[in-house]
Amino acid sequence: MSTSRITLAKGLNAGLRAAMEQDDKVMLMGEDVGRLGGVFRITDGLQKDFGERRVLDSPLAESGIVGTAVGLAMRGYRPVIEIQFDGFVYPAYDQIVTQVAKMSYRSQGKVPLPLVIRIPFGGGIGAVEHHSESPEAQFAHTPGLKVVACSNPVDGYWMIQQAIASDDPVIFLEPKRQYHADKADLDTSVAPPPLFTSQVVRRGDDVTLLAYGPMVRTCLAAAEAAVSEGRSVEVIDLRTLSPLDMGPVLASVRRTGRAVVAHEAHRNLGMGSELSARITEECFYSLQAPVLRVGGFDTPYPAARNEHHFLPDLDRVLDAVDRSFAF
Amino acid sequence: MKLDDLLSMWRIRALEEKIRDLRLEGPIVGSVHLANGQESVAVGACSQLRPQDALYATYRGHGWAVARGVPPREIFAELMGRVTGVNGGRGGSAHFSAPQHGFHGENSIVGAGAPIAVGAALAGKYDGSRRAAMTVFGDGAINQGAVAEAMNFAAALGLGVVFVCENNRYSELTPIDDMVAEPDLSRRASALGIPAVRIDGNDLAQVRTATRLAVEAAAAGRGPSFIEAHTQRIVGHYIGDSEQYRPAGELERDLVVEPIARLTRELLADGVPTESVERCERRAREEMETAAAAALRDPLADPATAKEHLYA
Ligand SMILES: Cc1ncc(C[n+]2csc(CCOP(=O)(O)OP(=O)(O)O)c2C)c(N)n1
Ligand SMILES: [Mg+2]
Repeated sequence: MSTSRITLAKGLNAGLRAAMEQDDKVMLMGEDVGRLGGVFRITDGLQKDFGERRVLDSPLAESGIVGTAVGLAMRGYRPVIEIQFDGFVYPAYDQIVTQVAKMSYRSQGKVPLPLVIRIPFGGGIGAVEHHSESPEAQFAHTPGLKVVACSNPVDGYWMIQQAIASDDPVIFLEPKRQYHADKADLDTSVAPPPLFTSQVVRRGDDVTLLAYGPMVRTCLAAAEAAVSEGRSVEVIDLRTLSPLDMGPVLASVRRTGRAVVAHEAHRNLGMGSELSARITEECFYSLQAPVLRVGGFDTPYPAARNEHHFLPDLDRVLDAVDRSFAF
Repeated sequence: MKLDDLLSMWRIRALEEKIRDLRLEGPIVGSVHLANGQESVAVGACSQLRPQDALYATYRGHGWAVARGVPPREIFAELMGRVTGVNGGRGGSAHFSAPQHGFHGENSIVGAGAPIAVGAALAGKYDGSRRAAMTVFGDGAINQGAVAEAMNFAAALGLGVVFVCENNRYSELTPIDDMVAEPDLSRRASALGIPAVRIDGNDLAQVRTATRLAVEAAAAGRGPSFIEAHTQRIVGHYIGDSEQYRPAGELERDLVVEPIARLTRELLADGVPTESVERCERRAREEMETAAAAALRDPLADPATAKEHLYA
């Protein structure tokens, strides 16, 4: 039996389990990840099956958690740590940027850091401040880190295993509002694409929608809705934010001549800004319209009552598609 | 034995002084922090580490590297940006590492090495090796959150971390006493349940005893220890520091108690011939001259390699 119907939470959980079964150097660490199984239950049952050593409840201290993971990785382990919510990564930001990202480089490759930092990210769950943020650009901006975002249960299952197998430090972003949302069929006999690749998830000819994490679902719905307006929309799930996999993006935009990037993160200096720049540099003469960006507002993330105003939705994506055709 | 100690300390002093010369003459570029006056802490503590133990130092770490056995020639080359540097010139004065010598790196983020040492000790527990991890930091670093996080982490999990706080009374130009209400820094550790001692860091015997007990505790699985070693730097915080913050007479007093002057007096009082004592300094200086000259002849690192090793 290789096929099952799973949620993203289940996919990640099964992926972590598979990685731990394959390599006994893989261990999990974080706040409440052990006995509780994590606040989102992503590590549910793993401590019971793998023991307290391999699924370690840590003190409440993010800088300490990441620093400890660095030391473990330097001594031959493959730690996978959970940052409970996106906004809690900031106390660990120092370790991530000043230590994790630099270790291989400054040691001339003598000290690789196979370390995965899992971060549930994005909004839409009615949480309090600092529980709904999208900090990906801050890490993608940092040389020495790799940054990926999964968008669906099947990718969750494979990408977490691939990230753990990578010898580089990986910031692994999980769209928290999708954890328990949709189910998908996982067929473990079908080999996954390589980790640091983008994938076309819907074919189209008129405009290219670029998204990752929680916005992939929104963009797929927008593409479906656009059909009734006679528009054929291609959707690319970027999956990797650092390095960017520009091949599929440029090939698509050269065909469609139009591109819209969508993310929950603030628009200013978000991933959309970099994608826009690169598309413009690489295929200027194919463009029928400027690359447009749909993003969260350039304000702090709002309180729960107002988050639906902040989060880009179907209408905002379709509006950008319309604007693209207006050029 | 005591003469060997003197030679070990002179090696560090001579290395640091040669580094200062090279910095002022030009081959070494940029910010450099020396540890003159603090040699006994590095020599004493490293004498108790086993090859398999991991040391995490700071930007004031050249002497710790020497005490750990990193070849001076490779340190000079590193600081001069040569291909033959321990890290091919990538790490520079404040960020080089040589894991093959148990020297897991300096760090120019004050306090950042402490949680990393915790991870190394956790690995030592997991793989059954009980390899200890020593992290050394200054008095100023005691006020960093990461150090507090690391100490509690190690205490709660019973990890073999040796926390060495080199209390040289200053963080940069600011006296530690102005920045804490409780001058006994070791109480930070005891408050977290870590056995802690305060010692005269200029006394090699005290440094040795404290670190021996700490490494033994780590190796026996008895958890972390904390050592506050009182010391003094007899040079500026960095090369070029005008040191106007020092009260009158302080440096003169420090020059009397600093470990090389102290051990020299002891040896002479013990009846060791002046000639033997002086030979330590001469030999150390010759070694460093030779090492520096060799490093100076090595080619500079090629900027064309700048993008290499960003990823594994
Ligand atoms: C996070 C961080 N903050 C500030 C600095 C600037 N800085 C470098 S050394 C230093 C003083 C540290 O004093 P102490 O811990 O006593 O060590 P010492 O220099 O005396 O060896 C400061 C503030 C830094 N390098 N890192
Ligand atoms: Mg100090």
